[in-house]
Amino acid sequence: MSSLGELRTLARGARNRGGPREKHPDNRAAYLFLAPWLIGLLVFTAGPMVASLYLSFTDYNLLQSPIANPPDWIGLGNYAAMFADPDFWNSFEVTVIYVLVSVPLQLVLALLLALVLDKGLRGLTIYRSIFYLPSLLGGSVAIAILWRQVFGKDGLLNGFLAWFGIDGPGWIGHPDYALGTIMVLHIWTFGSPLIIFLAGLRQIPELYYEAAEMDGASKTRRFFSITLPLLTPIIFFNLVLQIIFAFQNFTQAYVVSGGTGGPNDATMLYTLFLYRVGFLEYDMGLASAMAWFLVIVIGAFTAFNFWLSKYWVFYDD
Amino acid sequence: MTTETNNVAPATASATASASDEVSAAAPRRSSAKRSPRDRWLSVGKHAGLILVSIIMIYPLVWLVVSSLKPNEDIFRDLSIFTTNLTFENYVNGWNDLSHPFSTFLLNSTIISVASIIGNLFACSLAAYAFARLKFAGRNLLFAIMLMTIMLPFQVTLIPQFTIFKELGWLNTFLPLIVPKFLAVDAFFIFLMVQFIRALPKELFEAARIDGAGQLRIFLQVTLPLMIPALATTAIFTFIWTWSDFFGPLIYLRLPETFPVSVALKGFIDVQSSSDFGSMFAMSVVSLLPLFIVFLIGQRYLIKGFATTGMK
Repeated sequence: MSSLGELRTLARGARNRGGPREKHPDNRAAYLFLAPWLIGLLVFTAGPMVASLYLSFTDYNLLQSPIANPPDWIGLGNYAAMFADPDFWNSFEVTVIYVLVSVPLQLVLALLLALVLDKGLRGLTIYRSIFYLPSLLGGSVAIAILWRQVFGKDGLLNGFLAWFGIDGPGWIGHPDYALGTIMVLHIWTFGSPLIIFLAGLRQIPELYYEAAEMDGASKTRRFFSITLPLLTPIIFFNLVLQIIFAFQNFTQAYVVSGGTGGPNDATMLYTLFLYRVGFLEYDMGLASAMAWFLVIVIGAFTAFNFWLSKYWVFYDD
Repeated sequence: MTTETNNVAPATASATASASDEVSAAAPRRSSAKRSPRDRWLSVGKHAGLILVSIIMIYPLVWLVVSSLKPNEDIFRDLSIFTTNLTFENYVNGWNDLSHPFSTFLLNSTIISVASIIGNLFACSLAAYAFARLKFAGRNLLFAIMLMTIMLPFQVTLIPQFTIFKELGWLNTFLPLIVPKFLAVDAFFIFLMVQFIRALPKELFEAARIDGAGQLRIFLQVTLPLMIPALATTAIFTFIWTWSDFFGPLIYLRLPETFPVSVALKGFIDVQSSSDFGSMFAMSVVSLLPLFIVFLIGQRYLIKGFATTGMK
């Protein structure tokens, strides 16, 4: 079961409590085993979350020590400044476009190829390896560097287009196309959802197909009545998580644009903007406010996804 | 964020309704006794399509490798991957092109990666054992919290974490990148191991219990040896993610002698006044090589680990 599935089960369990209380014979041992994680949770996750929420209401400069010189409380000042800044909204818009285009395209491609690859196709493992490799390398700086050259003015893509007499632009340097090159890079890493879809397809009981065949269901019918419904929890799971992660993309936008988010802020993904505000302009209070806004946005997208899932995700249990 | 998704009208997933072409691909699971000519043509078409997609996927990588072996002036003059004029010159130049020899950066990346692997194996396996095998107060709540931290955007803890490490005087050391691993901050691996331990036969643990083994012994002598595949998956993923990590080193490491390969490679973009693309390509290949080797060796564990946890 996926992490989302686990959460769903836990939430249900919490609601239907009422049976005999669970016994806790292993308290001491368990908390000893959990000690490193619990310390990490407090020091590096829970504590910092509270702190960044607080800092988002202060004027905190990176160069001052918060202990020797506590940052000034400025209320909603950072949020007001953020919402009044057209560069912020540009970055927000760029990111939302990036997420809403590249995530669905990546998942559709992964799903289609998973359906083709399923059921003992000859050469399955070779295809799978080839499709999977880019998603392991895709997060690295080297690949982003490669991308700059593939989509450059004299790059690989234009060399290919030249065969057809097309004189392509410098994709990386063009405000209308630069974001597209990063989206293509994202889609190029469709191998990881592909693997998950393949695993999901394997879990569909053969029995269902046999029964449907005996009843005379056509291939099309079997696909839409068995394969697709039983795959919807996995599609949903991939969709939720890929959206969460795509919102946080940084490396590719940074390297492809040489750290500037250019041309013309066309590739200024949210995290890149946040990095520039916090670590280049030293405005950590504003960067904290941006981080919390991001959490709210991602949370809203996730909640919307869960709400929408009622209408299309089918659970077999 | 919970849902009650019981009685859902099946299959209204319009997003994938365009999959009609693939319908035939999904359905025929039984090995049909005889293959009609139509099936054969379908199969040929399918493979042709898959091979085409494979070439598109892999071509940029092949081009990168070939270009790194071409003389600099040939790289963009002739974009083809078929050439006889090959040289290792770019590797020699690129190795010494930056402020330090590339071996420095490779060593830094190796130190960070190996330490991260040890940290993750240590801390995540301990936590996973508790979640999977022990009964304790607050287990469900903590488990839910653990799952949620996997999905938490890192930006929201970033600035206080940076402040902590800065106040500790750990900037320009590897500690900010390593210490969190020893405290199981990569909770994804806890989840991966929990899934694995849960699937082990319960009888083994009960037998050890009856023999009077304490939890530490059961963990060390029964659980760990059995969960080697999960540990391997963790080690491989940790390696790939740490080796590729760019954001962490970018903010915590400012001195060139502390750079890992990811940040060092950035140097080629910063100084690209000359047009030494060959060196940049060559060192890019060098930086990808460890990932590629790990992929080849560990593919089995990667795919298995991915499939069982559904990746996060």
